[in-house]
Amino acid sequence: MHDTAAHAAAHHGPPTTFIRKHVFSLDHKVIGKQYYALGLAAVIIGMVLSWLMRIHLAWTNYPIPGLHWLSSAGAPGNVMTPEYYLQLMTMHATFMVFFVLTVVPFAAFGNFFIPIHTGAEDMPFPHFNMMSFWTTFVAFCVMILSFFVGDGPTLGGWTQYAPLSAVGSVAGPGQGAGVVIWATSLAIFCLGQLFGALNFIPNILDLRCKGLSLWRLPLPTWAWFITSCMGLTSFSVLMPACILLILDHVAGTSFFVASNLVINDQLQPHSGGSTLLWQHLFWFFGHPEVYIAIVPGMGIVSHVLITNMRKPMLSHRVLVYSMGALAVLSYMVYGHHMFVSGMNPLSSVLFSFPTLLITIPSTIIVLIWIGSLYGAKLRINSASLFALGFISMFITGGVSGFFLAQPSLQILLHATYFVVAHFHFTMAIAALFGIFSGTYFWFPKMWGRMMNETLGRVHFWCTFVGTYAIFMPFHYLGLAGNVRRYSSFAPDYMQPLIGVHQFVTIAALFTGAAQLIFIYNFFHSKAYGEPAPDNPWQGTSLEWSTSSPPPWDNFGGRHIVVYHDPYQYGVQSSTGDYVMQDSPEQVKTDHEEP
Amino acid sequence: MAKFFAITIVIIAILSAVPVVRNTWHPMEDVSAHGQAIDDQMSETMWEAGISFLASQIILAWLIWRYSGNRPGEKTKSFPGGATGLVAAAFILVGVEVFALGIFGVKAWGNIYFTQPGADALPIQVQAGQFAFYFRYPGPDGKFGPLHADKISEANQNFFGLDPNSDPDSRDDIVTAEMAMPVNREVRLLMHAKDVSHSFYVPALRIHQDFVPGLDLQLHFTATKVGRYEIVCSQLCGLGHYNMKAYLSVLSQQDYDDWLKKEAAMQ
Repeated sequence: MHDTAAHAAAHHGPPTTFIRKHVFSLDHKVIGKQYYALGLAAVIIGMVLSWLMRIHLAWTNYPIPGLHWLSSAGAPGNVMTPEYYLQLMTMHATFMVFFVLTVVPFAAFGNFFIPIHTGAEDMPFPHFNMMSFWTTFVAFCVMILSFFVGDGPTLGGWTQYAPLSAVGSVAGPGQGAGVVIWATSLAIFCLGQLFGALNFIPNILDLRCKGLSLWRLPLPTWAWFITSCMGLTSFSVLMPACILLILDHVAGTSFFVASNLVINDQLQPHSGGSTLLWQHLFWFFGHPEVYIAIVPGMGIVSHVLITNMRKPMLSHRVLVYSMGALAVLSYMVYGHHMFVSGMNPLSSVLFSFPTLLITIPSTIIVLIWIGSLYGAKLRINSASLFALGFISMFITGGVSGFFLAQPSLQILLHATYFVVAHFHFTMAIAALFGIFSGTYFWFPKMWGRMMNETLGRVHFWCTFVGTYAIFMPFHYLGLAGNVRRYSSFAPDYMQPLIGVHQFVTIAALFTGAAQLIFIYNFFHSKAYGEPAPDNPWQGTSLEWSTSSPPPWDNFGGRHIVVYHDPYQYGVQSSTGDYVMQDSPEQVKTDHEEP
Repeated sequence: MAKFFAITIVIIAILSAVPVVRNTWHPMEDVSAHGQAIDDQMSETMWEAGISFLASQIILAWLIWRYSGNRPGEKTKSFPGGATGLVAAAFILVGVEVFALGIFGVKAWGNIYFTQPGADALPIQVQAGQFAFYFRYPGPDGKFGPLHADKISEANQNFFGLDPNSDPDSRDDIVTAEMAMPVNREVRLLMHAKDVSHSFYVPALRIHQDFVPGLDLQLHFTATKVGRYEIVCSQLCGLGHYNMKAYLSVLSQQDYDDWLKKEAAMQ
């Protein structure tokens, strides 16, 4: 950190052309919004796909009007085939995990707010930053392409276990070109995220303004820093894994295909590969990815809650250390996805203990949130409702982790809907609640207008009740042994469970429809919302020290100096019960210690 | 609004717990010799997770109820004891809880994976392929003949790739589409995949193991109750994955012997 560093990033002047301002922009804020727009497009695709899947699961032969336009082979007479169900399921997970849960909380919000939170004018490498978005955009387009090439997208699930994913079209529809496109898209995606992480980390370490020590960084920026470190080490494993998978398809290699495999009575021309190698590589990325999706949300909801509680968290440092502990442990627990995979059973035991241990930092984080609510003056608004909803969802998802951390219980629960419930509550729904909380909170800063609060609350209630109605029954299905990734439930013992699936489908349609309220509110408020003041929530961190939206150089040429910790609430100051981070005003606490 | 939200959280938490308390949906009845330890572990974990879930949600709801609103004249205040007490609670309560779960869970896991089958365990081979299981019994000679991948042919119903002309041990092998085993007799299951990854999931037997192409795996277990149970594939294996299942008949020794004779006659 040095006092001129924040301005050293002014590598580029104000944009002068439409292209430079709105398309190939170097401005981190525009890039952040571009990421947000990409995430919004992806979440709409992912949500529509989930509707189609849910309808098929509940009423298997029900014709879905217009579906044959998407694929005449996949939906003859508008009735989805089993293989097309798997193809849509794979695309649902891929779009959601990569282009929504990674892109929005990490890349979109991180891009917009890291330089502002650090008092910098832009990222250290703006051209790299621009490339990060456009690389990700190319990856998105490539993934879309798979709907329209050959026999459609891959059906192998977002985990793409080999050798199903590696032997080509002989293994089923989409397993030829579909897999190659999938792996190509994700390799490009990884590159884009590496570009992003390589901007975030030096920005946070080197471009902090005067007075801004690391411990004065707001919690979301800490979360993005930790996430960037995870991204560097995990995307750099997935990318070569995808390249090896592509080589198995196009270059005749056998990284993931063992000898003597026979498919459709044909002996496969591969030898010597390892089935489990793919799983190890994938989950070494895949488990940190869970935290890449959820840790930014933890930072965001902490930030939102602090502002709305009018008091800081019980311990800023404990939260940061706990998020860091999650990141470190995430690399040591990935084997819990593979307890019954055929790896050495002793490895399953060894992987189970760090998985159980990760409960401790997770619990500490929840207890810090809960302990911080004690004695608060909690403001209820759309942002804080979603932040509190995040905590509720994270608790629910967390306790189901007790089960899945134990190899002996995975004998019953592995690959069942119990797992689907667990990861949706944690990395999907909690992370989405973090996104919504961040959106309602930062919308005024990002787009300069206020969102409609009434619509925000209606959206919250429908989403909160709806997501519980969808995902809580998945636990019960899992307990009853309902296997996931089935396009219909052929085993006899699963037949009585179809009523539960029908209930879930109705809940999913309702909850999905409620997201239209958000989309309407978003676009309507963006165009016609009330103009936002600079600091609508009486916040303290640096984003509230500049205009809404901020100018191209973030602070209008001001040299920012930070005098306080990020969350000075419960004080007596000239502005009320808070003091801005960059205010030199000395204040005394108005906070009551026990 | 805050109070309504708090009530909603409590209602959702209680409603979520009701089906578990009432045992509305539950694992099917265990019919294995090793399964009781798994069920005990499940029950233990359910209690601990359930209490953690309900307590956390209710405390969250209470805090929202109690501390929402501006409340003029009231100052914000800190949690008694600060973060230290909560961190200690996380380490002591949750740490000990999960560590204990882990230790006890190893026993249930070890019953299956860290013990060896008895010398008289009945060997049965299972092969998984898109989208069916096939089973092989060694016949009167007690030996399995070797497999030849190049001779596998669905069309000729040579599912395992046997070559009885060249391999005498294969001549009396019995290949079936259903699995049968005698009750209270240990089985040594020899597992391999023909094409891609699959799984051997028998909820009633508390058995769940993936097939790994290129690896031969073994499981051993004993069924304790006569009946007909389903084997399903839980590892996504392609378009017919949902329909990949087979039946496992647990029979009395006499019925098993009769069944095997009948199957042998049909080879």
